[in-house]
Amino acid sequence: MSAEGRARHLYVHLPFCAHRCGYCDFVTLVGRSEGHAAYVDGLLAELELEGGLLADPLDTVFLGGGTPTFTEPRQLERLLRSLPRAGEVTIEANPETITAQLAAVLREAGVTRVSLGVQSFEPGLLAVLERRAGPDDVRRAFYHLRDACFDNISLDLIYGVPGQTPADLTRDLEAAIGLGPEHLSCYELEAKPGTRFTHAWGGELVAQAEAMEGYFEFVVATLESAGYRWYETANFCRDGRQARHNLAYWLGRDYLGLGIGAVSTVDGLRWRNAPKLGRYLAELGAGRRPPREREVLDVHTRRVERLMLALRLDEPIPLEEVEEAVDADALARLVALGLVERTGRGLQLTRRGRFLGGGVTAELIAEIPAKQLQLTA
Amino acid sequence: MPLDRIRNFSIVAHIDHGKSTLADRILELTDTVSQREMRAQVLDTMELERERGITIKAQAVRVVWKGRQLNLIDTPGHVDFTYEVSRALQACEGALLLVDAAQGIQAQTLANAYLAIENGLEIVPVVNKIDLPQADPEGTAAEVADLVGEDPERVLRISAKTGEGVEAILDAIVERIAPPQGDPKGPARALVFDSAYDQYRGVVAFVRMVDGSFQTRENVRAMAAGTRFEAEELGFFSPNRTPTPTLEAGEVGYVVTGLKDVSRLRVGDTLTSARDGAQEPLPGYKDVKPTVFAGLYPTDSDDYPDLRDALEKLKLNDASLFYEPETSQALGFGFRCGFLGLLHMEIVRERLEREFDLDLLVTAPNVAYRVTTQAGDELEVHSPADMPRELEHVEEPYIRASTIVPKDYVGSVMELNNDRRGRFDHMEYLSEERVLLTYDLPLAEIVYDYYDQLKSRTRGYASFDYDLLGFEEGDLVRLDVLLAGEPVDALSLVVHRQAAHPRGKALVERLREEIPRQMFDVPVQAAIGSRIVARETIKAKRKDVLAKCYGGDVTRKRKLLERQKKGKKRMKQVGSVEVPQEAFLAVLNLDGDKR
Repeated sequence: MSAEGRARHLYVHLPFCAHRCGYCDFVTLVGRSEGHAAYVDGLLAELELEGGLLADPLDTVFLGGGTPTFTEPRQLERLLRSLPRAGEVTIEANPETITAQLAAVLREAGVTRVSLGVQSFEPGLLAVLERRAGPDDVRRAFYHLRDACFDNISLDLIYGVPGQTPADLTRDLEAAIGLGPEHLSCYELEAKPGTRFTHAWGGELVAQAEAMEGYFEFVVATLESAGYRWYETANFCRDGRQARHNLAYWLGRDYLGLGIGAVSTVDGLRWRNAPKLGRYLAELGAGRRPPREREVLDVHTRRVERLMLALRLDEPIPLEEVEEAVDADALARLVALGLVERTGRGLQLTRRGRFLGGGVTAELIAEIPAKQLQLTA
Repeated sequence: MPLDRIRNFSIVAHIDHGKSTLADRILELTDTVSQREMRAQVLDTMELERERGITIKAQAVRVVWKGRQLNLIDTPGHVDFTYEVSRALQACEGALLLVDAAQGIQAQTLANAYLAIENGLEIVPVVNKIDLPQADPEGTAAEVADLVGEDPERVLRISAKTGEGVEAILDAIVERIAPPQGDPKGPARALVFDSAYDQYRGVVAFVRMVDGSFQTRENVRAMAAGTRFEAEELGFFSPNRTPTPTLEAGEVGYVVTGLKDVSRLRVGDTLTSARDGAQEPLPGYKDVKPTVFAGLYPTDSDDYPDLRDALEKLKLNDASLFYEPETSQALGFGFRCGFLGLLHMEIVRERLEREFDLDLLVTAPNVAYRVTTQAGDELEVHSPADMPRELEHVEEPYIRASTIVPKDYVGSVMELNNDRRGRFDHMEYLSEERVLLTYDLPLAEIVYDYYDQLKSRTRGYASFDYDLLGFEEGDLVRLDVLLAGEPVDALSLVVHRQAAHPRGKALVERLREEIPRQMFDVPVQAAIGSRIVARETIKAKRKDVLAKCYGGDVTRKRKLLERQKKGKKRMKQVGSVEVPQEAFLAVLNLDGDKR
């Protein structure tokens, strides 16, 4: 494989959490420290096996979870120091885990960006979400990070928590903006099937669906007026501080994922590691690859994904890259409706189109071409 | 057989008053069928008839009782087939009027009893189900006696279920009903009172020989249709098909014609010998025309050829079914079908769905309209979509409706009929408790939600029947439904001017509920010509995004969008608006959902 064919983005999954929040559907493991060293060993073994797929130097590394900062600090530091260098190294963190000391360790070990899982500043709403950090923990964590010279911090916010009033949302956004983070991710709370949360609150989420339309518009308007750029469906930044790792996903770049449940996409092949920790460690301990689910991405599928991901962004995608994945009739209709724009630079959703991005993209996708059907049949 | 040893009769009864059970007992008692062979309700052959408790196609069965040949001619039990009933009655000299001792006379019984009396038939009144605990044999006998002008003592009381009193019926048939009249030596004349299609033998005609006789292999001519054919086989049912070399005056039997198309031999026609035949046909032939129309569309457009084949097959057995191809921008390719009435429509629809396994979308039924355009042209319109928006004059079919209700509900029925543009004709007490109400009503008012209203306003106690009167002028308008400014052809209606606003309002409200929000505001309007009479807006969606999408869930999100895209493909496109099939169904079933 040529150097430029190699993945320039590395994802590392750290599944450990102090507590599993009701709404979470990620691969997580609850419990302190024991096993963390073994897991880091596993990650490094997998890195050893797959390292050939990575470019040197890497562009980005992202440690996601779980709660990566809940990982036993010495093991976390050992991992960070063993990972290849990269221009951007992001770690996800829960506010209650960030001490001055940990902030310094992270900085020292090469982390350049922290994504802080705030979700809300309202104690009542945090309780509904089963989050452990209070508003003061958030502020304290934020200042510790600033003190450790982190100049690229992102806050995650969730809106649409059952019981959240428009005033609550205003206060959350004001509190977040007040801290002055470089980046914000704002998600509507999703009722993911099978979670405890959906079981308890699913009815409320359905009932408030229409109100959420207004909430989304309000979030975008408020953050934009505070100087943030709405550069992706759910992501905002200032001073050009996009999440470069995530941007790579949205631009359809290859990436390698390490750890249980982690997904990799390299050269038209996608695989997901099985989520079971025991098997993962056992196979890697024996020098073998962990169990994986594989998916071959044919040309059409790759184009569809390229289109789907690119339309989330506020930058046009060159039409020639995705033309064959676009339903021409739908495109004409959507352009006429003022939802899609076609300029010399390519294809892009209009502002209103971005609020309807899911439906617009679904409509824009062309059916699988007949020739490919035969190939995959 | 000499004429005086023959008796031809039918049974007039309301559904479930025991006609089939009585027929079974008669077959048993006359040793036509042994008990062992007895299948309950031998005469009803089709699965559908068995379930609905009605008879679609008449048949005739020959039995022998004390040296006499008795022919039982079965009649269809519903108003939609009035003409067929009248032809079947024409083939008889008498009729058993069978009434349930617990339920009394019903409107349908009444209509057919009058039809029998008008045809000059001797009526033998019979009260059935006297074994039921809730039976009132005396009261019912008095009601029936009063109706036919007979001494209550002469009303027979039976239980077809137990067989009690059935022998007396057979004796009464022989004693009271006159033998057939006719000229056994004259030129042959046979009344066709029903026909059926056999896939191997072609059209089989059920006939009553009036004059003369037919021989097997004789060349025969249908006088009204002008069709000629060879009588490949003659015979009667007993109850199985029994071929005979001749059919003679007074007898009832069948003729195998070999014809491949029922429309070439219609009920009411007269058969005669091709050579030296009769000069004059038997009286009473009518070309029956459909009065109720609806569009039938396959739910899956790929089933269109199957629907066409199925209609072709049904038409073989049902000369009164009419259909022609129709295209709707909203529903695709289908057929505009004409029926004798609502029940006929329901039967056809059920047979298509059940026997041919088709999934159908049926538009709101409408009646036939006679239109004079502003240019002075006259046309018959079978579909609201064909109704000119500008016209000079339009006529619609009217019916004479007979309703029998307990006296407490008279007010409710009158109110309903007045709401439905009804004209009061008369009212009569059949007994102290039960009242017969007669109204003239536009057929279109019956087609829309009438039965259900009648049922709910009388708690199901009303019995209802009607006769077609003819066409009368009406103040009718075409009501169109527009989605984002585009008329939806399948949803057009012809309504009375007064009803246009409430009907339009109900339609657009329902559509607003049923059509999912789109990516733009969709006005839903009901309009008479260019005048909007009702309007709703389906507000545009303001948000439709997949909140999160990162490297770990690209596949899942892609599949989600692909599923969404497939869902869109199943929608019907009206202009720029995507309408799910279910929305059309919900609106077309507007009446149904009030049930």
